[in-house]
Amino acid sequence: MSVWSDPIAFIGSWLENLLVGWGLSQDLAQALVAALGVVVLITALMVFDIFLVWIERKVVARFQDRLGPNRVGPFGIFQPFADVLKLITKEDITPWGAEKFLYNLAPILSLLSVLLLWAVVPLAPTILGVDLNVALVYLVAAGALGTLSVIMAGWASNNKYALLGAFRQVAAMIAYEIPMVVALLIPTVLAGTMGMKGVVEAQRVWFVVLSPLGMLVFLISAVAELGRSPFDLNEAESEIVAGFHIEYSGMKFGLFYAGELLHAFTFGALIGILFFGGWNWPLPFGDRYALIGLVNVVVKGMFFYWVIMWIRYTMMRIRIDHMLYFSWKFLTPFSLAVLMVTALVHNLMRQAPYPLYVLSLFLANVLIAWVTIEILRRYSHQERMRLEGAAVQRN
Amino acid sequence: MIPLSWYLFLSAALFSVGVFGVLARRNAVAILLAIELMLNAVNINLVAFWRYLTPAQMAGQVFAIIVLAVAAAEVAVGLALVISVYRRRQTVVADELDLLKW
Amino acid sequence: MTLAQIFFLLVALVMLFSALKVVTVRNLIHAALWLVVTLFGVAVLFAMLDAGFLAVVQVMVYIGAIAILFIFAVMLTRRDASEKGAPLNPNWPVSAIIALVTFGGLAWLLRAWQGLPESAAALPANTDTLRALGEALVSPQAFALPFEVASVLLVAALVGAVYVAYGRK
Repeated sequence: MSVWSDPIAFIGSWLENLLVGWGLSQDLAQALVAALGVVVLITALMVFDIFLVWIERKVVARFQDRLGPNRVGPFGIFQPFADVLKLITKEDITPWGAEKFLYNLAPILSLLSVLLLWAVVPLAPTILGVDLNVALVYLVAAGALGTLSVIMAGWASNNKYALLGAFRQVAAMIAYEIPMVVALLIPTVLAGTMGMKGVVEAQRVWFVVLSPLGMLVFLISAVAELGRSPFDLNEAESEIVAGFHIEYSGMKFGLFYAGELLHAFTFGALIGILFFGGWNWPLPFGDRYALIGLVNVVVKGMFFYWVIMWIRYTMMRIRIDHMLYFSWKFLTPFSLAVLMVTALVHNLMRQAPYPLYVLSLFLANVLIAWVTIEILRRYSHQERMRLEGAAVQRN
Repeated sequence: MIPLSWYLFLSAALFSVGVFGVLARRNAVAILLAIELMLNAVNINLVAFWRYLTPAQMAGQVFAIIVLAVAAAEVAVGLALVISVYRRRQTVVADELDLLKW
Repeated sequence: MTLAQIFFLLVALVMLFSALKVVTVRNLIHAALWLVVTLFGVAVLFAMLDAGFLAVVQVMVYIGAIAILFIFAVMLTRRDASEKGAPLNPNWPVSAIIALVTFGGLAWLLRAWQGLPESAAALPANTDTLRALGEALVSPQAFALPFEVASVLLVAALVGAVYVAYGRK
């Protein structure tokens, strides 16, 4: 039973006993096992990351009515290894006038900011790095390091396109950080904790039912935070070539790329964990057998990663000012309204029977959506009248 | 365990470095950077006192949060002023902003 | 000397070194990045002091927002890539003396201050400090009013900053 419910602790204590048996002190053995755990987690993530390259290429190909990689191995599954080999053997260029140290630090920091997220992501009740009681704020803080890496890369490259891309990316990240924080506060309010584990355990009914709008806001701001289409202004090929990583070649570019893919999957997993029940599923045992929980989280993560890809390869890029307006003028006030209504209804209905509580929160969300759409409709109607009136006058 | 005095010495040193920066730097943005150092030194003190003397009362942490808010407000207004000054005078060197000395 | 003390000294050294870099380095972008290192050190200290929430907020607010703001401001207020002229003004030795006197005075005060605890008081059992902090911030008996005033200050600063920095056409 112990192996199935808590494999990590089981293996850990076995290893620890082994090391102590070899004559190491208890503290040292504990530290070594903990370090080993970190190494194993990161290695697993990076191997998974290589696999993500293949998935991303295959899915984009399907969306664009192509076959995608299909030469190396069955279904082209070994293509990413060829890609990695190519990236490693490419010439490593540092442009003239670049800040060497910062230029080399930026890709590392970029990948690090994503890997740091995994310290708090729970894969199963017993498979998680730390159950931080401020995990949701920690997610945003780790994202701040990503922002820093972007601006470092853009500035150190000594290239105006890189700098422009970095400016755009940072402006977008700061603008969409606010709706993201507010969207993260909704599970916090509903669960009464900022710890990931607590949030999952509080989901008797998935939070997506209690707050579909919160999920939507989180998804949109996650896409913006990732810098993916329709918000991929940072690497708008037709305007600024490749954005902040224009000067990077070889494995340095590879680090940015790996970080981006893993980031997308991480946000997919976070949506699954925060709003879709994490390791729980409609069938029992998700929270008792670690492996079932792990599979649940990864499958949900993959699904939302696919949703993010779906958005990316279907929507067209919007203009930078539209993007910023959308955040400041629509998404931020909207998310604040959702948060306030959710908190209000949550507190009013907390004593009510559970089905009634769920129903009232869901209806509150429907109401907000309806009011928002109504306001937007009025506004667009008014705007159209104004523009058409102007057109009539000009004629 | 780390004695409380270590935290206080560190924060005093950090504060002094900030004082030096404010007095000696020529660029107005750099002066604001040094002010951030001083504010952070204060925050270390507040949190260290909270942890060592009164962990049951949250006053230390609350004060630290308010300092954080004030720091954010100060940076926003300060940098806006710097940018506005740069637009008019094409410089942000504090010595050259001497219009009032005429 | 315990492991925690060695770690503290390491963090303190890094912090002081980067703080000195902040106030002396010529390139202002580098100064802002050194400030990030110092602020990260402060976050580590907060974490060592069992103030996890403050540590995370420190990283989020200072590194994620304030440092970025500084870098933007530096980029907006210079004419070419390298800052010309000395980073320090001519009478910097006087400033150094004042700073040293400040540190000397503070250190002298601290030396004279008896009864500083050697080790931290035990955290109150059965209470989550994060919950206590949250309740302190919103309870009218505690800090609800200062908290609201701080938020009003932030709004005022925001409006003021937009007004001051807005380019008039």
